Order: sequence, then structure tokens, then C-alpha cells
Amino acid sequence: MISYITRRMLVLPFVILGVLLIVFGMIQFLSVNQRLSTYISSPAELKNTDLEVLAEEYGLNDPIWTRFGRWISDVVQFNFGWSESAKMPTKKAFTTFFPVSLELAIWSALPIVLGGIWLGTLAAVNHNNVIDHIARLFAIVGWSLPSFVAGLLLLMVFYGGVVSWFPPGRLGFEAKQIVNSAQFVRYTHMNTIDAILNGNWFVFVNAVRHIILPAIVMSYVRWAMLLRIMRSSLLETLRKDYVQTARAKGQKEGVVIKKHARRNALIPVVTVAGIYIAFLINGLVVTETIFDWHGLGRWAVNAAQQFDTSSLMLFVLFNGVLLVFANLAVDIMYAYLDPRVTYD
Amino acid sequence: MKKKIKKLLTNPLSVIGLIIIFFYIGVAVAAPWIAPPENPGEPYKVPRDGWSSTPQPPGEGHIFGTTQGQYDIFYGVVWGTRTAFRVSLMVVGISAIIGVLIGTLAAFYGGAVDSVLMRVVDVFYSIPYLVAAMVLTTILGRSLTNALIALIVFGWMGYARLIRGNILSVKEEEYISAAQAVGATDFRIVFRHILPNSIFPVVVQASMNMGTIVITAATLSFLGVGAQEGYADWGQMISFARNWILGTQGDTLKFWYTVLIPGAAITTFCLSWNLIGDAFRDIMDPKMQGGGV
Repeated sequence: MISYITRRMLVLPFVILGVLLIVFGMIQFLSVNQRLSTYISSPAELKNTDLEVLAEEYGLNDPIWTRFGRWISDVVQFNFGWSESAKMPTKKAFTTFFPVSLELAIWSALPIVLGGIWLGTLAAVNHNNVIDHIARLFAIVGWSLPSFVAGLLLLMVFYGGVVSWFPPGRLGFEAKQIVNSAQFVRYTHMNTIDAILNGNWFVFVNAVRHIILPAIVMSYVRWAMLLRIMRSSLLETLRKDYVQTARAKGQKEGVVIKKHARRNALIPVVTVAGIYIAFLINGLVVTETIFDWHGLGRWAVNAAQQFDTSSLMLFVLFNGVLLVFANLAVDIMYAYLDPRVTYD
Repeated sequence: MKKKIKKLLTNPLSVIGLIIIFFYIGVAVAAPWIAPPENPGEPYKVPRDGWSSTPQPPGEGHIFGTTQGQYDIFYGVVWGTRTAFRVSLMVVGISAIIGVLIGTLAAFYGGAVDSVLMRVVDVFYSIPYLVAAMVLTTILGRSLTNALIALIVFGWMGYARLIRGNILSVKEEEYISAAQAVGATDFRIVFRHILPNSIFPVVVQASMNMGTIVITAATLSFLGVGAQEGYADWGQMISFARNWILGTQGDTLKFWYTVLIPGAAITTFCLSWNLIGDAFRDIMDPKMQGGGV
């Protein structure tokens, strides 16, 4: 086990190097002036200067390997220059937008895992009867419904339509004023958590009302996938001898399912759920755009629309590194959960 | 094999899927007659009826209504069907070919070739698909063609992994050793003996990806990095609806058609591929055989 983790850790730098190479390769499609923007820390620097002189100064015409080396050192120092779409340095933009996305990701992760497990159990226990068929149909339809369509429809009905319970944005006007006031301490910059820490229930309820729809949009596609995995895994476990034994000794069916079957069926689900949580960032791009959340995903979309490549590079690198570590964590978790798995 | 196809044609869900797909093929083929283009040279340009921004409800002249900027929704949906088929066939087809080539090389030669190619797969897998495609499309320049290129560049790895695993198990079969013993060339062994016996799961995977690729491409258009404004593409049509989620007093769901009509098109299109893929998978999965589970 320990040797496996060590070996995985040794491969890690190479995978990260590969990700860096891909991103650097993409940058090579840009013109010299476009690449120059990465080195500018504010628009004021560009006044009264010649772009060609600047390009020479920053060595943008150097051989590719020299540039790659210098780029790596910039990346290590988290130095990505000016973000035109956010109108601030990329480093500052990242720290501003990160808590917003993290909050949404946290609020989506729990429903994803619990909802998927619950639906999958429901389908497996009611195997081949109406509930099972409805659950599977829900899975296929959910998997086919694009999240941007679902998001817009939910907003139409629950904000602009029949009721206006769940508005877009992160906070209402009043709540925003409280949050920005001096009495309200912003520990984490995540509204729901800060509201609890400050003991302000008005802000908390308001923040939760704003987070429900985006969290649903982030979750439902993954419910569809987790349901399917949980269902087939549980069906397989339910036929195992030890489950029959538990039934034979007269255990109640609920206990058999919850204690004997479900725990063992959870192994593949946990690993897949781990990957999905890392992939939440994919969903953030769409969800934040629809619900007007000023987080990393919406920043990336704005950057893409305004050709703000320095921000995009930071975003894509962040994603790559995040996913590499998430994969590692999932593999380790898998080895830990299932002692039969050996990695030789 | 015949038995499996027969199963596919008797499973009610996959039959529904097939019917929907044939309906869309009909729409795509008949597009010039269902929605005649104003300018036959540019059929993918959605016609506009004025420049007013407020969408108009379904009615005379526009049976599905118009969306923001008076683009005709019916025309966009009909010609968008062609776009959807083009996107899915091209992206899935080309990525599958690239994936199969790389996976076959890795599995057949093994050793260092295998390790290097599979690490390359790992690296490409390390960037979330949508994010990678969005960034590459931006760098190449906003257009549908560039979006397709980006989707292919980051879309081949699944096929490579799948075919590699299948070949590794087929490679050990006796008929392969027999072919080697009689002196068949590597080329012949791969194309005559190994690929025909290991390609089927890749075909299933490809059919399941047809729907998801259309969603991903539409998402790029929705986010404003895919198809150009006014191009007949479902995601592009829906992106116009973003400003019209609020109705008016008394008619709160006034602009439902701007989301619901193109949204229904894309959802049913993906649904049909998923229904077929799902049936395929149940039929192919040996654990699911015998009707027990």
C-alpha cells in the first residue's frame, strides 16, 4: 500500500509536467503581442512604450526552450500577469473568485453523493418494478438534458415564473449590505459559512435561497450516473452468499440492505463520486454563468469571450493540477476501501 | 451477433430511440424543403425578421416564434439538426479513429511504447473536457470548426483506453499465436485478427458518446465560444434566451418557447442516442445476461 502510494507520487511530477506542456503548447498558437499580455501587471505599463521593445525585453522572441523554462518559473511563482476580463491582476482575481466556486462546490457535493446513493438503492431494492423503471428513466432523461437548458427552465419557473423563491446571484440587496458592513466579519468569503460564523440567520437563509437552484443544476446529471453505478453494484452484492446468510439467519430486510449489502456496494460508488467532485469545475463553468455567480467558472467564460488568455491559462492549469491530485486521492481511497485490490 | 441486433429491435426503449433518430435523420435530409433558405449559398445562416430584441411568440410566419434579435426558431431548429449530426459524427468518428490507432499501438507493441502512450492519455485526461475544449477553441478563434477541432484533440483518450484493454485480452488468444506461427505480418494480424475481435465495445461507446458530444458542443456555443451568432446551432439558439427568463406581469412564463423548443430538440436528440447505447450495454454486458439482473 505504502509502496503503491510512493510510486504514484513519483509519477505525479511527470503528469503535471505533461499538463504544463499541453498548456504551453496552446500558448504557442498566440501571436507575440497576445502572449505579451501575460507579462503586463496593469494597463498603465503600456503607456508610451513600444510593444516590440517590450516583447524583446520579456524575451518573447527567444528560442522555445528558454521560454518554456521561464514560463515554468512564472507558473511556480503563480505569476500570470493582468486579467483583462476581471480588471485586476490574475492572482487577485483568483483569490477573489475561488471562495465563490468553493462554496457552490461544497453545497453540490453532498447532494450529489447522498442523492445518487439513495436513488440507486431505491432502484436496486425495487428491482424490475415500477420504482426501478421510473428511476432508470429519470437517469437517462437527466443524462440527456443539458444543464444550461435545465438551469434556464428552473429560473423561469422558480424565479421569474409562478413563484419567485429562488433568485439568481449570490445574495439579495439587503443581505449584501449586511455582508459588506463593518460588523460582519468575512472569515471565508463563503456567504453561508460566514453567516453561520457571524450568527446572522437572515443572511444565511438568503444565501441558501440563492444556492439551491445552482446546486440542483450541478447535481442532477451526476445523480443519473451515480444511480446507475449504485444500482448495478448493489444488485450484484445482494446476490452474494453473505447477504443470503444474513437473510437466512432471520435479519430484517432493512438491516440486510443497510448493513450487509449497501456498505460493500458503496466501494465503486465512492471512487466514482470522488472523480465527479473533482469534475464539479466543469459544471461550475455553465452554472455560474446562468445564475450570475461571480466565481472561477464565470470568470473563465468571460475570459474566453474577451480573449483574456492569461486568465484562461491560470484556470486550465488549476483544473489540471486539481484533477491530478483528485485522481491520486481516489486511487488511494480505493485501495484503502477494498483490501482485495493490489497494485503490483 | 444477429441475436443481439434482434434484441436491440425488440427492446421498447431502444426502439423509441431508433424512431427518434430516424425522425431527426429525416429532418436533416429534408431541411432544404422543410425550411427553404433565403440564400442557398449560406443555408446555416438563420433568417432574421427585423432587429427588435424582444422575442415574438409562435404564430403566423414563425411557427416556433422568434428569439432575441428576431431569429426564426423553427429555421434554427431544423438546420441545427444538420449541425448536430455533423458535430457528433465528425467528433466521435475522428476521435474514435485516433483513439483506436493509439490504443492499438500501445497494446500491440507493449513495453515502453505502451507506457509512454498511456501516460500521454493520463495527461490529456487531466484537464476537464469542457474546460480544455473551451480554452483551445478560444485560442484558435471562435468558430464551429475550431470547436470541433478542440473537441477532437481532447476527446480521443477514452477510446484508446478501451481498445487497449480489449486487445490485451484478445492478444492472448490461441488464434493470434497461430497467425504468428504461420508468419502473418503485424499489419495483417492487427487488422484481420485483433481489431475485428475487439472493436465492438468501441462502437458501443461511440454510439453512447454521440449524444454527449452534441451537448458539449452546444454548451460551447451557449457560452459564446462555439458557433458564431446567427449560425443554425441548438446551443446558440438557447443562448439568446438567457435575457428572457423573466416574463411580464400576468404572463410570467411569456418567453417559454425561447428555451423549451430548442431545449426539447437537443434533449430528445441526446435521449435517443442514450436509449440505444443503454440497450446496447445491457445486451453486451455478460453480467446482465440471462434476464436475471
